[in-house]
Amino acid sequence: MRKGLSAFNVTALVLGLAFLYLPIAILVIYSFNASRLVTVWAGWSTQWYAELWNDAALLDAAWTTLRIGLLSATAATVLGTLAAVVLVRVPRFRGRFLFTGLVYAPLVMPEVITGLSLLLWFVALAIDRGFWTITIAHTTVTLCFVAVVVQARLRTFDVSLEEAAMDLGCPPLRTFLTVTLPVIWPAIAAGWVLAFTLSVDDLVIASFTTGPGATTLPIRIYSDVRLGVKPEINAICTIMVALVALGVIAISLLTRRAGRDEAPAR
Amino acid sequence: MNAPQRGLAGRLVVVVPYLWLAAFFLLPFLIVVRISLSQAALAQPPYEPLLDWAAGWEGVQAFLSALSFDNFTALAEDTLYLDSYLKSLQIAGLSTALLLLVGYPIAYAMARAPRRWQPVLLMLIILPFWTSLLIRVYALMNILQHDGLLNQLLVALGFEPRVWLATDTAVYLGIVYSYLPFMVLPLYATLERLDQSLLEAAADLGAPPWNAFWTVTLPLSRPGIAAGALLCFIPIVGEFIIPDLLGASDTLMIGRTLWTEFFANRDWPLASAVAVLLLLILVVPIAIYQHVQARALEREG
Repeated sequence: MRKGLSAFNVTALVLGLAFLYLPIAILVIYSFNASRLVTVWAGWSTQWYAELWNDAALLDAAWTTLRIGLLSATAATVLGTLAAVVLVRVPRFRGRFLFTGLVYAPLVMPEVITGLSLLLWFVALAIDRGFWTITIAHTTVTLCFVAVVVQARLRTFDVSLEEAAMDLGCPPLRTFLTVTLPVIWPAIAAGWVLAFTLSVDDLVIASFTTGPGATTLPIRIYSDVRLGVKPEINAICTIMVALVALGVIAISLLTRRAGRDEAPAR
Repeated sequence: MNAPQRGLAGRLVVVVPYLWLAAFFLLPFLIVVRISLSQAALAQPPYEPLLDWAAGWEGVQAFLSALSFDNFTALAEDTLYLDSYLKSLQIAGLSTALLLLVGYPIAYAMARAPRRWQPVLLMLIILPFWTSLLIRVYALMNILQHDGLLNQLLVALGFEPRVWLATDTAVYLGIVYSYLPFMVLPLYATLERLDQSLLEAAADLGAPPWNAFWTVTLPLSRPGIAAGALLCFIPIVGEFIIPDLLGASDTLMIGRTLWTEFFANRDWPLASAVAVLLLLILVVPIAIYQHVQARALEREG
């Protein structure tokens, strides 16, 4: 691609980024608004953040969301990394075609279908719905995202390194742990963060698979949002946006540093 | 890992994720199909017939003969469902076109930007993708509400305030806003790898830049266009949050109809039939998407 930006290119970039970021920026600014009227600016204040602390149900939902996110992201990272290894390194086995389909389908599947089918499945198995059913549902969907991220890294990984280790008598599992893993771990870490944020952000699948007593933050926010815009919601949304932004920035720094470490070895 | 065939550990690498996906993705679908052929009942679970394993083969026969296509006939007879499907396809089609129009210039500019800016630009596009859809739609509601910033701006400029929330305009705006990263990323991935010597050749042979774009850049970016369009179109058809929060109460998209059928009317068999039909509509675009993905992987291969 020829480099150099024309005026048209700059305009497209500026307008595009403004379109993506302005609504979030306004949300963040208005979460510090002193007025209860969300449309009138009455000076800076942190009172809505203070009010979050007094909302026991909200804190409870946040804690539930966090635990589901940590558990499902960890399970999804293990399963998704295995799936990625299978996709890239196991060229032939019975049912490979179906397997590939099963890994890619959840990425584009409408959430209402995934949520409905998992719920009906849990009901048919007579499993009590709540914390664990949401965790299983999130693990299932996010493991596919982890698989995509990790397999992209595995594809660019030099297979001859693994082959050399195995030729020298290193067993496959140990080769993976001592040769492959040290190189691809930034991709695995990125997969974990992606799985965690997808879990923390999810409303539709959690709504279907939840049961009495397990309210996640998005479910709580959704039921509030339906009644209109409120400053407390602006505050909780700001906290979530800030956490996600920190996670993404941390991961990108991590990946870039790992990329630099690896570069001289090539 | 060349040796998963060799030992138990190698076999587990395949079996564990396979079993998990079969148990929590494939089988749940089969149960949706089975329940879509059942009838709603005032029981727990709220549908019948139930398979009576104790009755042996006769139980299976009784179960099979009690299944019916009644829900699908009901879907065909009630215009509510047909309208929802058509409206979803229409909104998804039109907004995918809008996304292409908005996303292409952004992806193109990103690909032309100096190399050291590109990771930063990429990150700026990816960041919203990681932010909750619910939160981003809520952020739009903040701006679009009746006394929100958009109307305040219009009034300040001397225009009449307009109703934005609960309109189709808000739904389109919400979709373009939410799905823009999904369109820009695959387009950028293709454009960034474009062989620049082709454009130089076109310029050397006297093609004006605009002409070179139409005859060289655009055709070569077709894989990116296909991937971006499908990556947006498929989930938009089943979108729930955007029409629910930004649309009018009569913006019947099929994801929302399914939600209502399930949570408000508690008709599980009918909701399942809606889901099965939705999936049948999406099978073709999903198959094309898988095909495009596979070809892209081969190229990188």
